[in-house]
Amino acid sequence: MSTPESPSAEVELLSFRLADEEYSVDIMSVREIRGWTRATPLPHAPPHVRGVINLRGTVLPVVDLSVRLGMAPVPGDSRNVIIVVQVGSQTTGLLVNAVSDILSLPRSELQPPPDLLADEEQSFIEALTIVDGRMIRVLDLRAVLPDQSAEAA
Amino acid sequence: MATDPMAEIRAGFFVECEELLESLQDSLVLLQDGRTDSETVNTVFRAVHSIKGGAGAFGLDALVAFAHRYETVLDALRSGQLEATPEAVRSFFQAADLLQDHVRAARDGAPPPEGAEEVLRTLEALIGGGGETAEPPPDFQPIALDFQPITLSFDFDALDEPAAPARWVIRFRPTDALYASGNEPLHLLRALAALGSAEVACDTTAVPPLDALPPEAALLAWRITLPGEIAEAEIREVFDFVEDVCALEIARETGTGAEPPAVAPAGVPGCAAEAPAAPQVPPAPVDAAIVDAAPLPAATPAAAPPRETSGRHAPPAEVSATVRVDLDRIDRLVNLVGELVINQAMLAQSVAEAGLPPNSAVMTGLEAFMMLTRDLQDSVMMIRAQPVKPLFQRMARIVREASAAVGKEVRLHTEGETTEVDKTVIERLAEPLTHMIRNAVDHGLETPELRLAAGKPAEGVISLTAQHRSGRIVIEVADDGAGINRPKVREIALARGLIPADAALTDAEIDNLLFLPGFSTASQVSALSGRGVGMDVVRQAIQSLGGRVTIQSAPGAGTRFSISLPLTLAVLDGMVVSVADETLVVPLSSILETATLAAGDIRALGPQTNVIHLRGAFVPLYDLGAELGYRAPLPSYEGAVVLLTAQEDGSRAALIVDAIHEQRQVVIKGLQQAYGRIPGVAAATILGNGRIALILDTADLVQTASGRTRISQLALAG
Repeated sequence: MSTPESPSAEVELLSFRLADEEYSVDIMSVREIRGWTRATPLPHAPPHVRGVINLRGTVLPVVDLSVRLGMAPVPGDSRNVIIVVQVGSQTTGLLVNAVSDILSLPRSELQPPPDLLADEEQSFIEALTIVDGRMIRVLDLRAVLPDQSAEAA
Repeated sequence: MATDPMAEIRAGFFVECEELLESLQDSLVLLQDGRTDSETVNTVFRAVHSIKGGAGAFGLDALVAFAHRYETVLDALRSGQLEATPEAVRSFFQAADLLQDHVRAARDGAPPPEGAEEVLRTLEALIGGGGETAEPPPDFQPIALDFQPITLSFDFDALDEPAAPARWVIRFRPTDALYASGNEPLHLLRALAALGSAEVACDTTAVPPLDALPPEAALLAWRITLPGEIAEAEIREVFDFVEDVCALEIARETGTGAEPPAVAPAGVPGCAAEAPAAPQVPPAPVDAAIVDAAPLPAATPAAAPPRETSGRHAPPAEVSATVRVDLDRIDRLVNLVGELVINQAMLAQSVAEAGLPPNSAVMTGLEAFMMLTRDLQDSVMMIRAQPVKPLFQRMARIVREASAAVGKEVRLHTEGETTEVDKTVIERLAEPLTHMIRNAVDHGLETPELRLAAGKPAEGVISLTAQHRSGRIVIEVADDGAGINRPKVREIALARGLIPADAALTDAEIDNLLFLPGFSTASQVSALSGRGVGMDVVRQAIQSLGGRVTIQSAPGAGTRFSISLPLTLAVLDGMVVSVADETLVVPLSSILETATLAAGDIRALGPQTNVIHLRGAFVPLYDLGAELGYRAPLPSYEGAVVLLTAQEDGSRAALIVDAIHEQRQVVIKGLQQAYGRIPGVAAATILGNGRIALILDTADLVQTASGRTRISQLALAG
């Protein structure tokens, strides 16, 4: 729940929009940002798995982050983007409505979320911060994207 | 280790060891078959000898000690003192297996394997049992192509002196080749010091000043004195493997310590006098001197292939020039060719979309390009292909060990060892195959008494064959045992709750129960095959390679497991179809035919299940769109296109698709790593439009689908 100790005092976040809410991930886990591509659906996949796309010759699973966080699916049109993130050895695409900004702020400004939300979404949120009066959630990608091989086994 | 140039040479040595062990096994099999000609015996001897030699250079003492005693016994065979009786050959096999363990242990830095002493004693009992460490025969010389004449001065008179022999004086001057072949004087000097109290002096007169120092030249020489009681042969043995790459002089001390302090380079062949300048390095104690000297050759390990000379000892039957290439490089090439194939498909698509006339220059050029791509792909795949022989040899060992453990006489018959298949397939096949072989020995074959009672020879035969069959490789494990005890299998499956009590099962279905998870013949667990892994694990391993395994069994005549595998894991010929706006690829190997359904073809079997009546047979019908969850089942299948597919076990299924597009080669992209296993889907591929299409695993799909209505399907399939 606490912010990971890090020697660097600054943290850079990539913020993006899901529905009307603002979320962000640590920019160090972002590999690239891609425009919307129709994903090939996978049979028997959980609802948040949108399918797979071709990322320069490799198969990249795409997760609809909105569904994963318990909200309505991202519509899937040309304005949407796929954020390619790497968690551990796993590379995954996150489908989001739009990318907003890159934020650079001191680590001390990140606060752990209050411990009162009971819904699943809370466990996905690693920290909260306020930038220009907007609340931004920092996602814990390890919780959002559990190890697929372990899950499948 | 990565920065250690010796590591590379060492790795090379172990690769050669594997090759030598392979030729050792080959020759032992020939011996077993009664081929006791000198060439075979020599090959056996040479393999062990070369391993010992290489091991000596790396200071692998346990390996050297074992190989040496093994070699001593083999020498008796070579000189005709020992007959290659079946018992002897069996011991040779055991020793060869242990030698392999020793090599692996040395490679992995593990402790030497246990039981060596016992095997060695059995071996040495063959030649009259003394644990005497006989030295290698002095007449033996490795068949190296680059032998150099060496000058040796023997002081034979000294040998005859009965009492208080004079001290030995050994002058040893390595040539460049000694370092280049991965030898290390330090080990030799230590070995000498182990013989008795040695005095070692390093001669550095040939070393020029640093700025003129040739980095690869061997410039140091040593003068070693040893107590006179040591046999000359013992000293020679130390130099056994460097004789041809050094100047060596072994003589009795003649005067009373009036030896010249340094070795004179003149007149010693193989020692180039390339260093005219006087040395500035003071004489140093032996260890320090070697530490100084070691980096000289070590700095350029690539100058010569490691242990090149020993590699030439055992040339394969058909000599062809080969290159040893890192597997990563080949994999990169395979990937690149895969990309090229995808790219070519994309290009073809855009050319087609441009609407160019078919006889235009672009179209003809593209066709030539496609042919070239295909050729290129085939060639690259061939690089990865390897004969199954090493795999079969491992199985030979499993048979020996397993049969000894359960006290059965088993003979392994192998066929098609030169059949080539993708390296990854070979690697990943080892485990399931081991399990199947163990099963065959343990459960498949009867005890000798039972066999004799059944009128069979006491010795059971397990045959392991490999062959190419219609674009796939088929590996079969067959035994001539009692066959599957079907009533018992049924009983067990019933007891485990795998089948309902009233299930009417055909023989083939009962046999296939062995593959069900949870079916373990626990009542007869033995140390051998009862390791908690059942045949379901075997089937899973084979399926993950895109293969199938089937059983045929006849009571009293034996059981035959057939494994059918794709030749490569990289490409596949497939039929591109579309289902509910999705494009899918169905492996061509599983499609028997395609058809359009007429109204009368379809019969409803239940509310959810249909069959089609095709040329007198009923075939279960599956709506691919519904099975994969793309859409609801269609209200009517009249006029629908079906693919009639066949599984390895001969059962058939009809799959409904919306349209068939084309037939083409696709590059297989693994899904498992990116996502995990999906029922009914084998892998993915990238289409000409850059999109991903799933490659179906029809057998798995049908099985998943029929899982819902298992019993009705079971009854149907018969």
